[in-house]
Amino acid sequence: MVLLLALLNLPASVAERLKLVVSGSFLPLFGLRSATHSFLDRASYQLLPRSVLIEELVKARLEISDLQATLLQSQEALGENARLRAALGNPPKGPWNRRFARVIGRDSTTWWRTLRIDLGSRDGIQPNQVVMTAAGLVGRVSQVGLTHSDVALVGDAECGVSVVVRETRDQGIIKAGQASSSEGGYVELSLLQNSPDVMAGQTILTSGLGGVFPSGIPVGVIQDSRAMEGGLFTSARVRLSAALNRLEEVWVLQP
Amino acid sequence: MNPPRLSIAFLFLLSWLGVFAQTQFAGFRELLGVPFSILPALIAYSALTHGLWTTTALAVVTGLWVDSLSASKLGVSVAPHFLLALLLHLRSHLILRDQRYAQFWIGFGSGAAIHVLVLLLLSAGQREPLTGWATFWQLPLLALMNGVACPAAFILFDALGLAFDYRPVFQSSFRNDRQTVRGRHDRIH
Repeated sequence: MVLLLALLNLPASVAERLKLVVSGSFLPLFGLRSATHSFLDRASYQLLPRSVLIEELVKARLEISDLQATLLQSQEALGENARLRAALGNPPKGPWNRRFARVIGRDSTTWWRTLRIDLGSRDGIQPNQVVMTAAGLVGRVSQVGLTHSDVALVGDAECGVSVVVRETRDQGIIKAGQASSSEGGYVELSLLQNSPDVMAGQTILTSGLGGVFPSGIPVGVIQDSRAMEGGLFTSARVRLSAALNRLEEVWVLQP
Repeated sequence: MNPPRLSIAFLFLLSWLGVFAQTQFAGFRELLGVPFSILPALIAYSALTHGLWTTTALAVVTGLWVDSLSASKLGVSVAPHFLLALLLHLRSHLILRDQRYAQFWIGFGSGAAIHVLVLLLLSAGQREPLTGWATFWQLPLLALMNGVACPAAFILFDALGLAFDYRPVFQSSFRNDRQTVRGRHDRIH
């Protein structure tokens, strides 16, 4: 009991360090898991017939040429954006440096929405760095170990996100809340004011307020909305763009 | 008889793997909405078959392992595991531990009690845990999982004992020093 009381009253920084030390006992299992995944991936490539590989290659080449065309267009828009920002006296936005990471585990309890990735402080990962996939926002780095980091997912109490509705520019906050896994990952959006124009199908993006998440990252799509507190503000159910329950690889955005 | 050291080592090993398993199997978690959890059942098995020191040590270590792989505050899971282990061990002489249905209900109760206690402790903290209508589905499911895991643990460890422990010497009713000779003049030597 004395040990328990001492544990519960440890300073936060000491408790976090102790946690990292204790979780270090699972490193062999996490390593074994990663090695097994890599082996199975390589084995599956060996088993693929040549015709399928060629088909995939042709598809990938077409996609690359399509993306190159989009990139040219985007570079033009970025240049124009930088010139306009400079004219208005705003500092130019830097490009996102993405770092690829594998998901190696999820929270051991039911009560939080976190996951663990295979990059740590030795890879340059720092707390509060943004985690996302090609589909959209995943969360932010909450804790960093030497070889791994914990990520608080969108909808967790540790990951509040300031967002904006792309179509109406209404601002709001993604609240912490339980998302039923069988429903594919929903979160609650609270808009700061009553917004009758907000409706199902509209896209939610990060607003850039708060200083953690850069603006413009897709968060999800509104499923339905309703007026709350006698019409003072609007609440909406948002289906997340990134499938948080099925994540295997993510990007960590680094400055 | 004290449980062999191999059984204790295997119990700790299984708990270690059990904690790791709680962070894996994304498909299982997506399907049922809960992680794969058998630790309360293992604690209950330990409390009913092993000594006080082994049981409490397992409860404390398991609680620390669970918290280290979770966003929970370190130590939150230790108290429920420890209390359950202590309570079951002190009342182990009153429990029909050899009956399968009793093992099921002990596992079921342990699964429910530990998760409810952890949830209550978390709710008393600064961060509100993610609860909702789905919690009424998750808690019974976690209890059921441990209800099934507890008899399975008894079967597994019994099999382990048979495989690695010395078997009891079989006492035959036949005695070499006595034989009956059949004949005209029956006699017993």
